[in-house]
Amino acid sequence: MSEDAGEHITAIETPVYLKYNFTAGQATTRFLQQVRQGKLVGQRRPECDCGNVYVPARGSCAACGLPTTEEVELGDKATVQSFTIVWIPIPNNPIQPPYIVANLVPDGANISFIHLMSECDNDSVHIGQRVEAVWKPEEEWDYAMDNIRYFRPLDEPDVPIEMIGKVPLAGWEGEA
Amino acid sequence: MKDIAVVSFAQSDCRRDAGACNEVELIMPVIEQALQEVGLRNSQDVDFTCSGSCDYQQGAAFAFVMGVDALGAVPPIKESHVEMDAAWALYESMLKITMGQAESALIYGFGKSSPGELPTVLSQQLDPYYLAPLWVDSVSLAALQARVLLDRGIISEQDMAAVVSRSRANAKANNPHAQLAGDVSVEELLAEAEWVAPLRKHDCCPISDGASAMVIATVERARSWGRPFAVIKGIDHRMESHNIGARDLARSASTELAAEKAGVANGAVEVAELYAPFSHQEIILSRALGLDDSTEINPSGGVLAGNLMMASGLSRIGEVARHIMNGDIRRGVAHATSGPCLQHNLVAVLEAA
Amino acid sequence: MSERLSQQFELGYTYTRSTGPIVGRFLTELRQRRIVGTRGDDGRVYVPPMEFDPVTASALDEFVEVADCGEVVSWCWVSEPRDSHPFDTPFAWALVKLDGADVPMVHAVCAGRDEMRTGMRVQACWAEETRGYITDIVCFEPEAQGKGP
Repeated sequence: MSEDAGEHITAIETPVYLKYNFTAGQATTRFLQQVRQGKLVGQRRPECDCGNVYVPARGSCAACGLPTTEEVELGDKATVQSFTIVWIPIPNNPIQPPYIVANLVPDGANISFIHLMSECDNDSVHIGQRVEAVWKPEEEWDYAMDNIRYFRPLDEPDVPIEMIGKVPLAGWEGEA
Repeated sequence: MKDIAVVSFAQSDCRRDAGACNEVELIMPVIEQALQEVGLRNSQDVDFTCSGSCDYQQGAAFAFVMGVDALGAVPPIKESHVEMDAAWALYESMLKITMGQAESALIYGFGKSSPGELPTVLSQQLDPYYLAPLWVDSVSLAALQARVLLDRGIISEQDMAAVVSRSRANAKANNPHAQLAGDVSVEELLAEAEWVAPLRKHDCCPISDGASAMVIATVERARSWGRPFAVIKGIDHRMESHNIGARDLARSASTELAAEKAGVANGAVEVAELYAPFSHQEIILSRALGLDDSTEINPSGGVLAGNLMMASGLSRIGEVARHIMNGDIRRGVAHATSGPCLQHNLVAVLEAA
Repeated sequence: MSERLSQQFELGYTYTRSTGPIVGRFLTELRQRRIVGTRGDDGRVYVPPMEFDPVTASALDEFVEVADCGEVVSWCWVSEPRDSHPFDTPFAWALVKLDGADVPMVHAVCAGRDEMRTGMRVQACWAEETRGYITDIVCFEPEAQGKGP
């Protein structure tokens, strides 16, 4: 900053750095313990009429406001509920734009989570597209969602919009 | 103003570290309890929901939005949030009811302070040019205030220790959710070392994780639920300058004014629950409210027994309401505060129906 | 719960703040090792300057230069400084009323525990390089000739 006496100060830099220790909470801990084992696991409250399976669960059936008590194993396959093409580089992110960020609903779950898509033609990514998880090598697994590197397209029939979020663990064979 | 009733109240334990719970897991049990007491299922059964919390406490952006997962907000509900103590969420809910846009409301507050260093986090709510860059923490500012009172001979260290001793004893007798409770004498307390002199550690409220929740309604709606309730007869909140040096730290002018507007002096005050995070502040507040020996102050132990930052103010109101709903008393006063050295104060008068 | 998962992290808010004319003038003067306040409607001088009178809310623009020494109005002793604090050895926070000011300011006082008392005289210790921040005053120190017995 200049020491020039005549320059009137109009702005100052006031950086604030605060240290925290994040703790995952019970539901997230259960989820991450399974991810550590290479498995995607959702949760639901069996008594709820809505029957929603949440992934990652935060401990409640959000539709009903009551605790999720049951774990539900999910598949590696998922359906694209929505997506966007990112053109802006993210600092410290090894992924180079343009790349796909998608809302994905794993088979057996009803609520989407956000992850990356790759090994795909960006221009042909579409809602209802079938994808599968590409996991890192087992020796690299940690308590983290990036144990899944990304999802890649499957050669399977598209899921119609009204069926997205309703595909069972058994998968999608196309319209019955 | 139309009378509004407090119908139920629930509070979690005050725990130094609820690390194994996320905000949803903290909130869900108290919301469920507050609703069940009235026979309600979830937020769909009230007209409005409002919460109080501060994301800086746990360093998680939009933690308050995550909290909505505890409500059963499908289909969408009418919902709002204050980045303040939930006592102000109660205030907003009362406005909503007073305007005729709701007849009932669910209010909750939660605080998870354990992930960060709370007094340091609170330093960043200060003036960003003159104070925040110095990182003056909340305990130190309270200590400056305490010395003003001591230097002027308004209080003594014995008076401060007596507040703490009574808080611990009351918490032991009456408050299963307290973090600090027990029998400790003034002499034992004064024998402890100074921490941020003139404050000793026990003059400062503990740091606690937890949540509280309340259901309020119009008196007509409350009657229809067939449950005992307490009526909020007056409520007011006032704020003073952010410039600590410009305020008379020995008194609380904003509390005095809020008390006058809320009608504290219009009847006997049997119980007062005061949000005093530091021992000397309980004395400032009881003087500002014009309370004397006829009032039982902080029978719960107050926040010196456990401070759910962002829920403690709502809990003070809930504690007084519970005394009235139980039929123990007919009239009481609750107080909530926000900001350094009692900057912003809310006063509520509650009475039996 | 067999396991508790936790992760340390640091959250950074890298803000640049506009000062406006009043705070900007104060900081500009600080860079020149001068301290100014504003005069309120009741004639009281606020240091650091306030933009608006806290009682009448009217805009304040009459600047008053004050001394860089004054009197401790209240203080507390930080026996265990926090990581965020400006010093890592025990020090005091104080309300310091500068000569020529009517309203005290909050700042640090570096002195011995036994030297600290209400009413003590202190003077500003300036940073070697002043940049236009409140921290251009590193702290206040006991006034050379005004030291206690």
